[in-house]
Amino acid sequence: MTELAQKPTIAHDDAGPNYLKAGSGALSWLFTLDHKRIGIMYMIGVSASFFLGGIIALLVRTELLTPGKTFVEADTYNQLFTLHGVIMVFLFIIPSIPAILGNFVLPLMLGAKDVAFPRMNLASFWFWLFGGVLALASMHMGAVDTGWTFYTPYSTTTNTSVTVTTLAAFILGFSSIFTGLNFIVTIHKLRPKWMGWFDMPLFLWSIYATAVIQILATPVLGITLMLLIAERTLGVGIFDPAMGGDPVLYQHFFWFYSHPAVYIMILPAMGIISELISVHSRKTIFGYTLIAYSSIAIAMFGFLVWGHHMFTSGQSGLMNMIFSALTFTVSIPSAIKVFNWLATMYKGEIRLNTPMLFALGFIFLFGIGGLTGLFLGALATDIHLHDTYFVVSHFHYVMEGGTVMAFVAGMFHWWPKMTGRMYSETWGRISALIIVVSFNLTFFPQFVMGSQGMPRRYYNYLEQFTGYHQMSTVGAYLLGLGFLIVAVTLVASLFTGKRAPANPWGGATLEWACASPPPHHNFAKTPDYRAPYDFSALRHDAEDGGYRSVPSEEV
Amino acid sequence: MSLPSTIISDWLPGTLLDTDLWMSMCRQAAGLVGTIDIGQGGLWPTLAQFDGSFWMPVRASTAAGGVDDLFYFIFWLSFVFFFGIVGVMVLFVFRYRERPGHQAEETATHSTALEVTWSVVPLVLVIIIFWWGFQGFMEMSVPPSEGREILVTAEKWKFTFTYPNGYVDGDLHVPQGENILLTLNSLDVIHSFYVPAFRLKRDVVPGRYHKAWFNATEVGEYQAYCAEYCGTAHSDMLARVIVHPAGEYDAWLREASDFISTLPPAEAGAKVFSIRGCPACHSVKSESNVGPALDGLFGRTEHLEDGVDILADENYLRESILEPMAKVVGGYEPVMPTFQGRLSEDEVTVLIAYLKSLE
Amino acid sequence: MSGNDQGHPPELAHHFDSMEEQHESSKQGMWLFLATEILLFGGLFCAYAVYRSLHPEVFIYAHQYLDKVLGGINTVVLITSSLTMALAVRAAQLGKRKHLVIFLALTLLGACGFLGIKYVEYSHKWHLGLLPGIHYDPVEDSHATESRAHPDGGEPPQDSSPTVTEAPEHAIELDVGAGLTPARAADQPLPEPEQYTAPTSELTAAPAGPAGLAVEAYGNDAHDLGPEPRLVQLFFSIYFLMTGLHGIHVLAGMAVISWVLVRSAKGHFRPDYYTPVENVGLYWHIVDLIWIFLFPLLYLIH
Repeated sequence: MTELAQKPTIAHDDAGPNYLKAGSGALSWLFTLDHKRIGIMYMIGVSASFFLGGIIALLVRTELLTPGKTFVEADTYNQLFTLHGVIMVFLFIIPSIPAILGNFVLPLMLGAKDVAFPRMNLASFWFWLFGGVLALASMHMGAVDTGWTFYTPYSTTTNTSVTVTTLAAFILGFSSIFTGLNFIVTIHKLRPKWMGWFDMPLFLWSIYATAVIQILATPVLGITLMLLIAERTLGVGIFDPAMGGDPVLYQHFFWFYSHPAVYIMILPAMGIISELISVHSRKTIFGYTLIAYSSIAIAMFGFLVWGHHMFTSGQSGLMNMIFSALTFTVSIPSAIKVFNWLATMYKGEIRLNTPMLFALGFIFLFGIGGLTGLFLGALATDIHLHDTYFVVSHFHYVMEGGTVMAFVAGMFHWWPKMTGRMYSETWGRISALIIVVSFNLTFFPQFVMGSQGMPRRYYNYLEQFTGYHQMSTVGAYLLGLGFLIVAVTLVASLFTGKRAPANPWGGATLEWACASPPPHHNFAKTPDYRAPYDFSALRHDAEDGGYRSVPSEEV
Repeated sequence: MSLPSTIISDWLPGTLLDTDLWMSMCRQAAGLVGTIDIGQGGLWPTLAQFDGSFWMPVRASTAAGGVDDLFYFIFWLSFVFFFGIVGVMVLFVFRYRERPGHQAEETATHSTALEVTWSVVPLVLVIIIFWWGFQGFMEMSVPPSEGREILVTAEKWKFTFTYPNGYVDGDLHVPQGENILLTLNSLDVIHSFYVPAFRLKRDVVPGRYHKAWFNATEVGEYQAYCAEYCGTAHSDMLARVIVHPAGEYDAWLREASDFISTLPPAEAGAKVFSIRGCPACHSVKSESNVGPALDGLFGRTEHLEDGVDILADENYLRESILEPMAKVVGGYEPVMPTFQGRLSEDEVTVLIAYLKSLE
Repeated sequence: MSGNDQGHPPELAHHFDSMEEQHESSKQGMWLFLATEILLFGGLFCAYAVYRSLHPEVFIYAHQYLDKVLGGINTVVLITSSLTMALAVRAAQLGKRKHLVIFLALTLLGACGFLGIKYVEYSHKWHLGLLPGIHYDPVEDSHATESRAHPDGGEPPQDSSPTVTEAPEHAIELDVGAGLTPARAADQPLPEPEQYTAPTSELTAAPAGPAGLAVEAYGNDAHDLGPEPRLVQLFFSIYFLMTGLHGIHVLAGMAVISWVLVRSAKGHFRPDYYTPVENVGLYWHIVDLIWIFLFPLLYLIH
């Protein structure tokens, strides 16, 4: 073992005290301009939303234990699944990775002191908070029962609080736009002089592609919701056939945002997986350039396929054909990434720690999710499968088995950096196992139900589907337990966890070059060049349990 | 002309570009791997008796076989790729796991040949899937020029089917082996008419008419669902599709259409009651639903929402059917649609007879 | 760059290396924001395109209620205010504080003028009952009284109350739409506008124009407009949505121009720091540009 080099100076003094200690009291948090604190505040709010949405999911699944009424009426059930969707999509998953991990890690990965517009960042958080509170308040004003998609004419004629909820979603949209805008300018302008586009870590490429979608697609959701509100309050008639409008036009407007939105959800997740697979296999990522380009390609092509949610809506055969064809082209870049990740693992030194287990779980579950997308992209099979549980299962596999897994993986991976604490590896691994197994128990039966003809958003169902529903419900409870263990493990580490070294995993990206937790101003001076996936200069230091860079002579 | 040049100029392009040939090859491949008995032919093959499998419901229409073939093709393709990927993942995790004495080896970080291969091969495969799906879709969605026309009307929360002779029923009755041309219209919000056994689904949109068609191959009774969320009783918006043996259908239609004159009034009324979907909101077993229970209603005093009490006599029943907003029972929402113009006098009369008969 | 504050301008944020970097980042951010505004209005333009292609007769008929002159004036006003805005930016670049303040004030004045004219237009529509959606409730007017053309585009007579009892001389036969019959015979007194309610159903039915309406229009003889097509309120819905959203953006523009005006007066800007002026200028130009598309699409239909 070579002699360890001198400890590199991480200039705590020049970069300020650790960010958690720089300023105390609630106001120093609520009015902070520090991207790290904003990321933490998002983390608390967004995670709370996840658990709220999850509890509602358990209520939904509990009702579905038996056909007919189990413990709530049909109207309540309809409100529950709507709320589950609204909270999970708008409050949790869209912000999740960008607002939490993006905010925290992105400037660090660039060796920068903050994002380009810190005040806009804070505003983005306030919009999220306000929109979230409004969405929850709407629950008490006659909770919405339209499904999270708010299809007209049902949403324009039902007497539940559609207007307030869509207003909340509109406000949340600003949060997303501001985050995206901030990240684009940060990546363009705040890179160190030596970091060209192709010297950036892939997480940044994925955040960049995501941000482009955020700023271009979200305004369309904004106008859609405004039109819906105008329809309800002014009787504008734009979606009302009796007044010359077209209800299907709403679907076009809605999905023009909501399809790119799913790429907002998955692209950052894939970025995380690229980082984790590389670091925890101690190998340079395979096919960097293609992965970077495929992120941009997914973002661009993602704008062209919205009609695949509408194959049975009565749009013309030609439109159906075009959307189906384009949908298949979008699948190719994702497939490429999976193969590249496997190639990265080849001849690596693979550690099966918690982040890696979740990353491998991602490949497993997202694999199923992505492949089931093929059934839905093909026109003939989609006619049969549309609006059944097959679709429900598909999107849960990609959103939860994909994005949420990557999000949790990222949380475990960057937790030491964010909090300066290590968590219990044992409990982390247990949670990964429980989650992957119970996820399949929850959602795989739903594929079978769906192809057998069980429609979605059904309060009541035929006897023959009971067994599948019951399996799914049991799985859901176990899944909840798994996520609970994740939360407890992470929170417990704050009290009992070992102090984390600056670089516990031996990562080569710049966020590992500052202390854990980082100082207030991140870096005293801009760090020097390093290749994001070159682990040759990193050596394990038994003393603090982490890794250190060694000078090139010793590599 | 020499054989090689004949091959190049004639046979090869003809074969490679013959999509029907590719399609039938893929169908055969799907058939070999799944336990499917498929036939040949330009139209989607009709099948011998085939019970629902693990994944799919019974095949009861001409479209079902083709849809299932594609489904299984994608299924097995996904199976191979998924277990291939997971297999490689597990293998690598095991082989290259961190352990004393094991170091990561530097390997190529990029390989054009490999990356092109795993971009092009999936691309070709998805093109095949796309084309197959598109072809199948066009056959399923372009209606034939000849067939029996039936009007499907959707409203919250029932389907009603109007037959060419004007008869209206709550179930869809069709003869086996004939093309059925459906015209779909909604009276309120978007619904969707879905018959899994036929692999048939079409959204039913207010303000416009959608077309759908099918050809039922097996006699029997099949389930139809509403597949677009439409509110409280969305999951109760079911209907039956009854496929009659070909020779018996016309007789059935004649008899069914005539029911008002052939059945006793209360029975005829019971039939109108069920056809018109009244049970979706009104129980006849003293259960509260979207609307009040109707057993024992006749002769009872109802308490209206504006505080007035009223005797439920024949006139009250008639008004409740034709002008449901005129008197709303206390504790219920004013959501009942009017049947003014939709029920004939005879139908209203027998309905009242039926309601009088409910103890 | 260390945390040392000496030697750099007070406006330089700690995470930027230089004023230039900060300035360029700021501008890039503003351009990205403008892109979102284009996407936002793009949705409305899309709705316009869809409905115009589905119901061209509605657009051709109803746009005649819009005063081209007022709209034209507004266009000139906005373009001029864009000019004064650009001149303000130039003045900031050159460090001419007085000119900066004056040009910003002129821009603000232009914005006020625009909104003032819009108020005139909106209130006229209000008097005529030409409002979006279910509020569309065209006033029944006698041909003989206030329905004369107003070629100068001035204020319509305040008294639009329907106490006039003269029946229209040339009552136009209208296609009032299926199932709806004329509200009254031609010789009965005109009802109060508020009493006329459109029939409603689960989905609000389209209220058709009442019979005997001699239409109010600018610069046109009432008879030339032809019969009122069904679904006219669709045009007004789109008109109010588009111009309303634009108007909100003009208001927001006035707010930020005022803010920059105050800062200019206080001398916050110098030739090497005038980013907020420039960014507000960019925003204002987009607001102007959107109007330049709105005006022909809504006012100048043939």
